Amino acid sequence: MNTKPELLTTAASLGELRKLMEAGADAFIIGESKYGARLPGEFGLQEMAEAVEAAHGFVRPVRIYAAVNNLMDNAAADSLPEYLGSLAQIGVDAIVFGDPSVLVTAREAAPGVALHWNAEMTSTSYAQADYWGRRGASRIVLARELNMEQIIEIKQRTSLEVQVQVHGMTNIYHSKRSLVDSYMGHLGKEPSELDSRLGQGLYLMEEERRDERYPIYQDAHGTYMMSSDDVCMIENLHELMEAGIDSLRVEGLMKTTAYNETVIRAYRAAIDAYAADPAGYEFKEEWLDAIRALQDPSRELSYGFFFKEQVY
Amino acid sequence: MSMTSIKPLLKGKRHRLDRPELLAPAGNLEKLKFAVHYGADAVYIGGQKYGLRSGADNFSFEEMREGVEFAARYGAKVFVATNIYAHNEDIEGLEDYLRGLEAAGIAAIIAADPAIVETAQRVAPGLEVHLSTQQSVLNWRTVKFWKDEGLPRVVLARETSLEEIAEMKAHVDIEIEAFIHGAMCSSFSGRCVLSNHFTDRDSNRGGCCQSCRWKYDLYVDGDSVNTEQDSQFTMGSKDLCMISHLPELIEVGVDSFKIEGRMKSLHYVATVVNAYRQAIDAYFADPEGYELKPEWVDEINKSANRPLNTGFFFDTPGTEDHIYEPEQKAAPYDFAGVVLSYDEATGEAVIQQRNHFKPGTEVEFFGPGGTFFKQTVEEIRDLEGQLLDAARHPLQQVRIRTAQPVHPMDMMRKRIR
Repeated sequence: MNTKPELLTTAASLGELRKLMEAGADAFIIGESKYGARLPGEFGLQEMAEAVEAAHGFVRPVRIYAAVNNLMDNAAADSLPEYLGSLAQIGVDAIVFGDPSVLVTAREAAPGVALHWNAEMTSTSYAQADYWGRRGASRIVLARELNMEQIIEIKQRTSLEVQVQVHGMTNIYHSKRSLVDSYMGHLGKEPSELDSRLGQGLYLMEEERRDERYPIYQDAHGTYMMSSDDVCMIENLHELMEAGIDSLRVEGLMKTTAYNETVIRAYRAAIDAYAADPAGYEFKEEWLDAIRALQDPSRELSYGFFFKEQVY
Repeated sequence: MSMTSIKPLLKGKRHRLDRPELLAPAGNLEKLKFAVHYGADAVYIGGQKYGLRSGADNFSFEEMREGVEFAARYGAKVFVATNIYAHNEDIEGLEDYLRGLEAAGIAAIIAADPAIVETAQRVAPGLEVHLSTQQSVLNWRTVKFWKDEGLPRVVLARETSLEEIAEMKAHVDIEIEAFIHGAMCSSFSGRCVLSNHFTDRDSNRGGCCQSCRWKYDLYVDGDSVNTEQDSQFTMGSKDLCMISHLPELIEVGVDSFKIEGRMKSLHYVATVVNAYRQAIDAYFADPEGYELKPEWVDEINKSANRPLNTGFFFDTPGTEDHIYEPEQKAAPYDFAGVVLSYDEATGEAVIQQRNHFKPGTEVEFFGPGGTFFKQTVEEIRDLEGQLLDAARHPLQQVRIRTAQPVHPMDMMRKRIR
């Protein structure tokens, strides 16, 4: 395999997007929270257009994928034709979706724009990839709960592009309920006494897992609980590259721009080194050391589910 | 309560009303039979594979055939939950399994994974495919997508409101199934991998360990928000109960009323089905004059495992809809026995023991259609006529005199506090 996988990441702002392009990102997933799930920052249509301009005009072509992967209620779905039409006009390189309403709307409102199927924890097999492929998706974004063996088999058995998250936190729970507000009510306090939005430092600790901190936050779509560790696959990236995985995602949510730049540089170096000489490729400890230097000590770097066997 | 009202039931026939269907869970064959006997129009069960309740007994094909045959005598249907999100290794064997369900006479599968949906449509066209709540269907365009994919029915996400259901019905001609009773994921169903992270058990393949009901501490930058010991954070939700709002559900056009609980007891299933059956039948007998009967609510409360609420039908749940206190079994009743037979000449019933009882125990008998009476247990004899000091052994058969005539499959419960 000599094709270079894409290095995909998020961005909280145009400023961060520009810095991460410089650091080596090939593509970005951005959007607005009305339509996109768990975004580090807001990109309205105006900012989206600027991002596309900046990305397409960069020294090497950089792609912009619009996050439209929320679960949609009637009201949100009713506004999709106009929104997807605008995204097509702006020239985004793909629409990322998890709710079939987006797929059917895009067929009419954004014909020709690539569609990436991303249902997070429920994208679990090659057969599902093919199902959405036959309905117009060109890429499947795999569940983070799959292991290396399963990921490789999916890549071998589907013709769709396969995207895998290789770094950062993952979402482990999404409720439509405002659970922090409800809890404040239970404590006899006003919800306004506690800022529960993204980036306010809230976390949960489970009784019997006192060393794990699970970030939690609320937005208009409910409550999110996030993993207590950050996936970090840089040591084993060659296994994914050898398997021909098409896109490697770095999640930048709840991280500083400096941290994200460092992570992107490290993965950029690993991808380029592998592409230049797959046979002679060697992992360099310095890539990981650079990440470790900025890693929040309360968040372990882990292999996620890549080397796990789950039971049920 | 007159005896004539339940006679048709015993002959295996029930006056079937037009919609909605009352759909009950059945964790095993016995529960299936009782669910149907107590008034379910359809039951859903799990097979040995592809279901989300790996902890339930689950049916073999042989048991499915027996269940289908039993249900057919009442004009009821049997559905099978094949609602996991399959991984690569689960796909081998899927076709044979689905053909097996079709051959066993199963009416429909409940599936979330599109790969399972499509495979069933291809290899087992005699099975209807109902889209599981695990797909989190929340808007009418998505409902229409699944209709266009050939599905006759979608089970909505539990997060949909009555108003949103009305909008779906206005846009799409498809059967809508909604949960009306039972335990709820507090997350969007399928969008929770707490079990995977805490215990390496895959929640979307039946391994859920209910981590949402565990206790947590909420911190802000290192400081606990909670200063009291027994007031911890949890996501655990109260259970859904719509017995007081059936007219709204019927009028908005919900086609199937679904009760949650393949892991629940026989007593739970019979009691809950019994109450909803009576309420639905009363509504259709006289929609204008329909009134909620307090005894239906009382019965429901006797089976309740947790405090109850109305989910998302009217509003997004808030503080009052979660369980922060230590969980305590809500209902002070226990299942005590099942009636196997009744001798009109002696007024004695043969009871199969399901929980300890003895002379002096206060019990209630109930059966389909709302038959109900209370009494105190008098003498207990074994089948040979020997006096017993108590019915101590599970499934032991004993004879007791009942205050009123009873029927096979009537149930006996006792108060426990």
